[in-house]
Amino acid sequence: MNRILENNPLENEAIHIIRETVAQFEKPVLLFSGGKDSITLVRLAQKAFYPATIPFPLMHIDTGHNFPETIEFRDRLVKELGLELIVRNVQDNIDSGRVMEETGKYASRNILQTETLLDAIEEFGFDACIGGARRDEEKARAKERVFSVRDDFGQWDEKNQRPEVFDMLNGNIDHGQNVRVFPISNWTELDVWSYIEKEDIEIPSIYFAHKRPVFERDGLIWSAFDDYVYREDDEQVYEKIVRFRTVGDMSCTAAVESNAFTISDVVREIRSSRISERGARIDDKRSEAAMEKRKQQGYF
Amino acid sequence: MEVLKIATAGSVDDGKSTLIGRILYDTKSLTDDKLEAIEKKSQSRGYDYLDFSLATDGLVAEREQGITIDVAHIYFSTENRSYIIADTPGHVEYTRNMVTGASTSQASVILVDARNGVIEQTKRHFFINNLLRVKDIIVAVNKMDLVDFDESKFDRIRSDVEKLAAQANYKNQSITFIPVSALKGDNVVYRSENTPWYTGKTLMEHFESIENQDVYETADARFPVQAVIRPKQADYHDYRAYAGKLYGNDLSVGDEVTILPSMTSTKIKEIQFFGSTYDTAKRGSSISLSLEDDVNVSRGDTIVRSESIPRSGKELNATICWMDRNPMRLASRYELQHGTNKIMAKIKAINSVLEVQSNQQSHSVDNLVLNDIGTVSMQLNKTLFFDSYEKNKSTGCFILIDKQTNTTAGVGFIE
Repeated sequence: MNRILENNPLENEAIHIIRETVAQFEKPVLLFSGGKDSITLVRLAQKAFYPATIPFPLMHIDTGHNFPETIEFRDRLVKELGLELIVRNVQDNIDSGRVMEETGKYASRNILQTETLLDAIEEFGFDACIGGARRDEEKARAKERVFSVRDDFGQWDEKNQRPEVFDMLNGNIDHGQNVRVFPISNWTELDVWSYIEKEDIEIPSIYFAHKRPVFERDGLIWSAFDDYVYREDDEQVYEKIVRFRTVGDMSCTAAVESNAFTISDVVREIRSSRISERGARIDDKRSEAAMEKRKQQGYF
Repeated sequence: MEVLKIATAGSVDDGKSTLIGRILYDTKSLTDDKLEAIEKKSQSRGYDYLDFSLATDGLVAEREQGITIDVAHIYFSTENRSYIIADTPGHVEYTRNMVTGASTSQASVILVDARNGVIEQTKRHFFINNLLRVKDIIVAVNKMDLVDFDESKFDRIRSDVEKLAAQANYKNQSITFIPVSALKGDNVVYRSENTPWYTGKTLMEHFESIENQDVYETADARFPVQAVIRPKQADYHDYRAYAGKLYGNDLSVGDEVTILPSMTSTKIKEIQFFGSTYDTAKRGSSISLSLEDDVNVSRGDTIVRSESIPRSGKELNATICWMDRNPMRLASRYELQHGTNKIMAKIKAINSVLEVQSNQQSHSVDNLVLNDIGTVSMQLNKTLFFDSYEKNKSTGCFILIDKQTNTTAGVGFIE
């Protein structure tokens, strides 16, 4: 039988980018959040170097306010694949007084991750950080290059980005600079879900509909998890069938009402959704330029 | 799912971002929350219409100045296929970003303001699309509402562009003219009642009819080696395969191949992808190959079919689009990245610069400045195997890197 390998353009592009990263940089790392995008990246990295193991470590910047399901999933994945995992905690910077924790109704540790990330990049000397950001997520991200050069403050100079022509990637950098690499830049949310379905990739349970104690605020559904998420006395807790479309810090990621119990349910739901993926991310709602500002400061 | 990439080009204020916003709106690709944000913002600015450019101008500086500075990639899909639109800047200063957007696109939309007709930027954009050999060009004559949908204005622009096309090098371009109003939605997704004299397709109908061809087109197979896979696990002690992305054509097990630059010949033993083996890999796939003989192959080498070996030499002539604020100077040295191979190149002569206004080549000059397009002779420090861009896009282009700043300073198309 003549077995023909068909071209899957998005997958091939991503694998090409991951291979270029390893070839052109000395110390790459994959930034792993336990979310669907970084899980997809792990599968693509496996494919890029198979049968060799993934030639770089995974790093998780842990806000301390993650969903317990995500952390459990993360630890199981790295064990199964025999990968190296580095964890750096935002809590350490809070304890030492380097960063101040936000307080009040909308307090979130999301933005505090940047400081910890920059510290870790310096600590390990990483020169390329592979991340799962996609251009369709948000309009400042739509402007990103595949190899996005940052200075030693992690800053993004959005007005002076390197041209990227065809699929030639220029990984030359100065000492002290590093590059953020986005292999799935051109994937949409639906592309990621379809890929997870086709490849039968395991993902954390919170992406599927489940019963959860929640409360409502500003029209969004929040996890009632008082240790992590601030709740006013009059914000009533009740149980609801929900799932999460993105997995970030619990204090900035709202749930959506859903009956998607399986991966094919999820794909169907995304296909017909009238709300964008980051519509349930309160961190983007702070201002129109919230993402651009965070990126300039070194956020992913 | 099929993906079609389309670039947009046009001068400042020709309405590119508005057009893309209109496409998103009329194909119902804007989600409720994004639409609500546009409505609010348009209202707060006192507009009596929806400012769709707010959907794509993602940077603060862009919204402040009302212009697009950098390429934004916009994603939407129809039942037919997925689309990626590169919204590229119109301002002359950002022409390099336009080249970036067009280099990966199968089709290009060039916007022309019906009131202004063909201007210098139109010529520049047309020329760049021609240089890049973008197959499908759509000239969208925009703001037809502001010229009362006057057919003669449209015809005038059509004949001006056709004159440009007659002078162009690359003749296989399909050029389609469509009268539109991005702001009002005429002939974008929905057919306009204001242009009874126009019987062609709407912009969206045209997109849907474009045959989806790989940007790299069909050519001789070229396999630039990205990495050598040598697992450290004990079970794979003798394993060795060459990872890369395949361009131009398919490769099959048993094909006689030659490794460049060593010119060693062997056969393809196995084509592998994530634990499975295949008899044939389609062009575009990121695979790994193992070879029959124990030959020396490393990153930067290219594997080709023995029957189709490219040209080689230590000198080459190319058309270069300069993208850096520091001019390209005669006798300067640059790093030349060609596929996965990096060598050094010295500028021996800058033979001509394109004068966009007259579409004439000037005589030789001492430097190329930002956004200049010129023909250049270069000397290389090592023998390079290359094709003309006309013959093979993947091995016919390169980038020049300024070793002092590390920036991508120019892109070249080999003659």
